[in-house]
Amino acid sequence: MAGEPDEIVIRVRGLVTRFGAQTVHDGLDLDVRRGEVIGIVGGSGSGKSVLLRSIIGLRRPEEGDIEVLGRDVLNIDTAEAHELEQRWGVLFQDGALFSSLTVMQNIEVPLREHCPMPEPLMDEIAACKIALVGLPEPTADKFPSQLSGGMRKRAGLARALSLDPEILFLDEPTAGLDPIAAAEFDRLIADLKASLGLTVFLVTHDLDTLFAICDRVAVLVDKTIRVGSLAEQLADDHPWIRAYFHGPRGRAAHPDGGR
Amino acid sequence: MALPATIVASEEAGALFLRAEGDWLVAAAAQLDRRLHALDLPTGRKVTLDLGGIERLDTAGAWLLLRTEQALAARGNNVEFANLRDTLAPLFDQLRAREMRPPPPHPIPPHHTLVGFVARIGEVTIRILRQIYSMIGFGGLVSLTVARLLANPRRLRVVATVRQMEQTGLDAMPIVGLLSFLIGVVMAYQGADQLRRFGAEIYTVNLLGVAILRELGVLLTAIIIAGRSGSAFTAQIGTMQVNQEIDAMRTLGLDPIEVLVLPRVFGLVLTLPLLVFFADAMGLLGGVLMTWATLGISVPAFFEQLRGAVTGWTLWVGIIKAPFFAAIIAMVGCYEGFNVAGSADSVGRLTTQSVVESIFVVIVADAAFSILFSLLRI
Repeated sequence: MAGEPDEIVIRVRGLVTRFGAQTVHDGLDLDVRRGEVIGIVGGSGSGKSVLLRSIIGLRRPEEGDIEVLGRDVLNIDTAEAHELEQRWGVLFQDGALFSSLTVMQNIEVPLREHCPMPEPLMDEIAACKIALVGLPEPTADKFPSQLSGGMRKRAGLARALSLDPEILFLDEPTAGLDPIAAAEFDRLIADLKASLGLTVFLVTHDLDTLFAICDRVAVLVDKTIRVGSLAEQLADDHPWIRAYFHGPRGRAAHPDGGR
Repeated sequence: MALPATIVASEEAGALFLRAEGDWLVAAAAQLDRRLHALDLPTGRKVTLDLGGIERLDTAGAWLLLRTEQALAARGNNVEFANLRDTLAPLFDQLRAREMRPPPPHPIPPHHTLVGFVARIGEVTIRILRQIYSMIGFGGLVSLTVARLLANPRRLRVVATVRQMEQTGLDAMPIVGLLSFLIGVVMAYQGADQLRRFGAEIYTVNLLGVAILRELGVLLTAIIIAGRSGSAFTAQIGTMQVNQEIDAMRTLGLDPIEVLVLPRVFGLVLTLPLLVFFADAMGLLGGVLMTWATLGISVPAFFEQLRGAVTGWTLWVGIIKAPFFAAIIAMVGCYEGFNVAGSADSVGRLTTQSVVESIFVVIVADAAFSILFSLLRI
């Protein structure tokens, strides 16, 4: 893909998020580089999903600037916003599939909207994405209500990938998947990143995913964010970060057994 | 900025070279698909797909190349990829590992043919019969629960029942009253207009009395309540079904029929007769006003005439039907609510279905009552 290796694709500056009297983010800064997988972790209610929603323009923050692919997301006209939306894909927590459409039709929605092409080719490309996310072929003609939670999640990923976006936003992608499927998911993300130069913004609680595929980890603590490589996070002596990475589950997931 | 994507064929040393160049991205997929379909594919030769000229590639582009490879291999060609960049290889590996094949073309929906049409009629018939069967089953289940409740009346949820009476009865009074009043006005006006030609204006009162008390009052109220409360029952229970609240109830040892259905059925069975009485009164009020305004029939004269036209039975024939209609509306509404499966889409569909079905069954029941009453000579 074009661009320098250290190009910043997501730039957040001085983000302040408030719900009534409660401040969730207070002056949060974050840079995401092209081609990296950044994992966002934090306790429940620390504002991980809110951060994601702010970046993709679903929630207007109280203060701060957000730039994605060089565009100011908060002051953008509709045409530019549409163009930007084609360059990112979002997987919501429960998949957020359209319940009145089959899986294949769900995946074809963005194609139909943005890339007019003959029907058979569209079916082929949609079938590719279905195979890519590891769903069995007959799933294509099923409706979301006929799928299990894990399958819905994969179908949601297939839809997020349908335009081969530059940035992929994933909200808890491996929650609700069995360990084998979660490991396959990790490998899929790593492969897509390697071959498509994908940038992945990953909100997760899954420590295995963090250790397996994340280049950098951002921890939401004290209303702000601490970004660093895994090694740096592991060495951090902030009490919450220590508890997170060196707790029983953190140690179990760590490749060296947590030493 | 985007380089145009192309594929060029050339012959070199007895082998066919297909050179892919440019940006093989989803935006170019339609154009590439046309080009690839236009290619003259050989049989039984050595073919090299040269990918050295590809600048950018995404899954759509990779699929198109893989598809071409598969098509060539199927014709007995010896195909190989050349100059594939290392960074792009995982993409092909992913697709190959999934044994990606072109999906079968979508079959034409069979009901566009004659056989399909007949098959569809059969399908719908069977579906309707199944529906009736399971609806009767639901009716039985509710009856059993009622019987159990009669054996142990303290289990009746009084607060929930009264709340349903408020929501389905009291809150519906303005709309039921207004519509009945307007129907009385319209009937009086139309009746007077026709009967005046025979000099029989005074019989407008008979027409009003019989039509509103026997049929219109109860039917109109039942239809309004089916649209207002029957749909609400389906939507409420359906949404609970989607949220797995019904499942939660069962695991907590609560019987959903007892907790959700009975208060609604009892509430409506108790309130609908009262609403019908109110609707009858409002309908007659509309009639009184209109006959006075257009025909100059005074209020005492109206009631004098009415007393000759109707008996107590005329009123009771209307009101007796109300509890039955109420039970139909409440049970169909709840039944469809329990039928909701999975999605928000299904809540909407079944709510519509519940209203249509309950109005249909109410009118069928009304016809049955007419036959019954004529046999009993009431």
